Amino acid sequence: MGTAVLPLTGKRGSGSPLLALFPAAALLLFLAPVLAGLASTALAAFGYLPALGGTAPGLDPWRRLFAVPGLGASLGLTLRTGFLAAAVSLAAVLGLCATLHGSRLFRWLSRMLAPLLALPHAAAAIGLAFLIAPSGWVSRLLSPGLTGWQRPPDIAIVHDPFGLCLVLGLTLKEIPYLLFMAVAALEQIRVREQLAVCRTLGHGRAAAWLHVLIPQLYRQIRLPVYAVLAFSLSVVDVAVILAPTEPPPFSVLLFRLFTDRDLGLFFPASAGALLQLALTVAAIGVWRLGECAAGGLGRRLVCRGGARVPEGPAVSGFFGAVAGLPVLLSLGGALALALGSLSRSWFFPQALPSAWTLAHWMRHAPELLRPAGVTFAAALAAAAVGLFLVIGCLQNERVNGRNPAARTLWLLYTPLLVPQIAFLSGLQVLLVRLGLDGTWTALVGSHLLFVFPYLFLSLADPWRAFDLRYRTVALSLCGSRARSFLRVELPLMRRAVLFAFAVGFAVSANQYLPTLFAGAGRLTTLTVEAVTLASGNDPRVTGIYALAQAALPLAVFAAALALGARRRF
Amino acid sequence: MIAALRSLTVTAAVFAALRLAEAQGLPPTWEGILERARGQDVYWNAWAGDEPTNAFIAWVGRRVKETAGVNLVHVKLSLTAEAVSRVVAEKAAGRHEGGSIDLIWINGENFLAMKEQGLLFGPFTHRLPHFGLVDTAGKPSTVIDFTVPTEGYESPWRMARIVYVYDAARLPRPPRSIPAMLDWARANPGRITHPRIRNFLGSTFLKQALYELIDDPGRLVRPVGEEEFLARSAPLWRWYEELKPLLWRRGEQFPESGPAMRALLADGEIDIMISFNPNEATAGIARGILPPTVRTFVLERGTIGNTSFVAIPYNARHKEGALVVADFLLTPESQARAMHPEGMGNPTVLDLDRLAPEDRRRFAALPRGVATLSPEELGRALPEPHPSWMNRIVAEWERRYSR
Repeated sequence: MGTAVLPLTGKRGSGSPLLALFPAAALLLFLAPVLAGLASTALAAFGYLPALGGTAPGLDPWRRLFAVPGLGASLGLTLRTGFLAAAVSLAAVLGLCATLHGSRLFRWLSRMLAPLLALPHAAAAIGLAFLIAPSGWVSRLLSPGLTGWQRPPDIAIVHDPFGLCLVLGLTLKEIPYLLFMAVAALEQIRVREQLAVCRTLGHGRAAAWLHVLIPQLYRQIRLPVYAVLAFSLSVVDVAVILAPTEPPPFSVLLFRLFTDRDLGLFFPASAGALLQLALTVAAIGVWRLGECAAGGLGRRLVCRGGARVPEGPAVSGFFGAVAGLPVLLSLGGALALALGSLSRSWFFPQALPSAWTLAHWMRHAPELLRPAGVTFAAALAAAAVGLFLVIGCLQNERVNGRNPAARTLWLLYTPLLVPQIAFLSGLQVLLVRLGLDGTWTALVGSHLLFVFPYLFLSLADPWRAFDLRYRTVALSLCGSRARSFLRVELPLMRRAVLFAFAVGFAVSANQYLPTLFAGAGRLTTLTVEAVTLASGNDPRVTGIYALAQAALPLAVFAAALALGARRRF
Repeated sequence: MIAALRSLTVTAAVFAALRLAEAQGLPPTWEGILERARGQDVYWNAWAGDEPTNAFIAWVGRRVKETAGVNLVHVKLSLTAEAVSRVVAEKAAGRHEGGSIDLIWINGENFLAMKEQGLLFGPFTHRLPHFGLVDTAGKPSTVIDFTVPTEGYESPWRMARIVYVYDAARLPRPPRSIPAMLDWARANPGRITHPRIRNFLGSTFLKQALYELIDDPGRLVRPVGEEEFLARSAPLWRWYEELKPLLWRRGEQFPESGPAMRALLADGEIDIMISFNPNEATAGIARGILPPTVRTFVLERGTIGNTSFVAIPYNARHKEGALVVADFLLTPESQARAMHPEGMGNPTVLDLDRLAPEDRRRFAALPRGVATLSPEELGRALPEPHPSWMNRIVAEWERRYSR
């Protein structure tokens, strides 16, 4: 019976009706809360929120939003830093691939950058500030000996008016992420063969990458690039730590409006949330136009015989250094945080703490346990449920073909493209109404909104690149779809699945606003505690919580890498 | 006749109180409240950016567990507004009872905002047995929060006072008036700053200056309109216009908060900072986050004082437990603990003359911190201006300087 002809895809008749449910279920589960949250924010944006006395709809919230002082400068800052961070990260990753792909340095860098994916944004930003601020560790190491500074210099390195420090902080996380996505995508492009063809046609390595490989690579990582752009435009926690303060980026301005003591500002804040959404969509549109322009330019160049592209050790060394910078800065920041957490007191310009103590760790360790437990359980649950759903959706594609529901799955990226604050405050009302706030369901569910799209981004390409001949053989040997899936297909995908799981875990452990809104003070995670206690600006406490916050995702990453490396065949 | 009338009034008052208690759904007696509070979880939402305060709240939790069987949970906030917006969300969702917040540490504008939106439970302070010990006459800010009468909707738990912390190693004689501060800044540019204007300490910096620069400070306790504000605050803006470019980072960037500013003082980026905690310097030295050479000063013509309160949201699930905690905060034991300079070091809200001798001794026995001023040195507290002044200062600052 094993030799009977089993349908490989739905196009040939009976598919799997069970699997066909996955995309629809996922869409309903994830889109409904986002849309409900957005709707409630939109109502408030037009003046309707009876709980705060808003019963007369109108345009007043918008008038008040546009009257907020510094709005223009704030929007300008956001667009400048957002585009710059995304462009720099993308350029660094493409440059790195083009100049170093296949080399030992490239493999080393992509291995070193993977754990950085697990590092929480806020912790990375705090570490960076610790490192490069005028009174930071680097300045302390050089002072007063080399610099002559007895006091920190009065220069705005962190919070600089142009926003360069914010851009640097964002690239710290975005370069590893894009590189990781690019490495996965490159596995499906036959790089070596295409390079060989180009070379026989007389083109250099750099020209081959620019004209032949990068266009193919870019097409595959386009969605992650959009996610990076949207993230850069709407990030709050990193911006609070690194961006200019007067005026701040628009996302921070909005957050301030939402949390102002004047509750009436909730209305213009809601209008602002919609504006932020429009801004993100418009920015992606502009980026898309840029893609077309770049594509056109590239084609014209090719017709003229290709561009003259500089190459050589200097160029590859440059890109190696650019990609190495996040590793260096993150490690340095983590080390500075660790030193800080062990210090009794540590004032400028001492290179190291003047007195050491374990007391802070001893005092905070018991308080870390409960939030650590919640973080672990929620991230485990969110990553597991997310993985189940993502694999279901992808397997549905494999078995049933790309049916209409599967083709609308891109909608699931909405939570990454919509600024969190725009729908989370509305979602909070919904959760309260359902009596779900402060429950595990709400916590894991709200994390899933963000875990799911990242899992999908991580798994979709490897899944689609799976060599279907394995499946054909497995089906004929096992005789059932389930057995073929569990015994052959899943084990073959093990490494990608484990890595995606670790990414999902890290994304969940990283969530600040969703935890705040869904946890209702009943369930709190290390990230929430870290951000909250960072408001006290005690370097020891900040260090302890930032390190504790980073430890769990890093451990899961390490475990995933170790498990993935084990041979089973 | 008069006696009869008085007893009638008393009876009526008692009945009114009982009816109110009934309307609030509370047991009529304190014993009844204690009974119901036993075993309740009380979620106290409180800003968690100050380690000594967090440690104090943890201690309160242990004590109310021992004495009243109440389980106190400190829900740590980075902004009080998080709790306010949660109550708003619950109201919007129609959860008028069984709310997730039982007690909030609240002050000034947040209190006013919640009270005006009908988000608070009360009045309740008349139910607290220890409220009678509060020095409402000598410390009027215990019942008048930013000129707004509290009307029993919030209960005081500690006193706060504007002080300036400076590093005596770098600055032997700090400027003790607002004009002197400008003179000093001219000679030492970039050595002073204040938190961003929408942080309460940022606006407080200007409010304190206004007190000294306005021709009639008595005017500050009444609401102010746009026109009058501009006329009366003109000297403030003349002063600030000159000071601003002399601030840290030329007055173009500001620290996010008070604690962020404290880090600048610790590393010698600035020499003077404003604080609302009279024990800031001593506590900072003890914790190793300020150098041992920091000291405290106040302005010769006095500084603003106010009070920290706790309030109960209108939909709190465990109001009885919240009342028990609010009352415990007013006990001499708790107040003396709060005043210990190695802990929070906040002056008490109580009238010491009303305490039993053994309770008074708790306070007499307290050491004074190395960098904390004595009550005589602190001098008299100025009342907080009406919130409209603060709001207009913020709006005018943003109009002038936010581009």
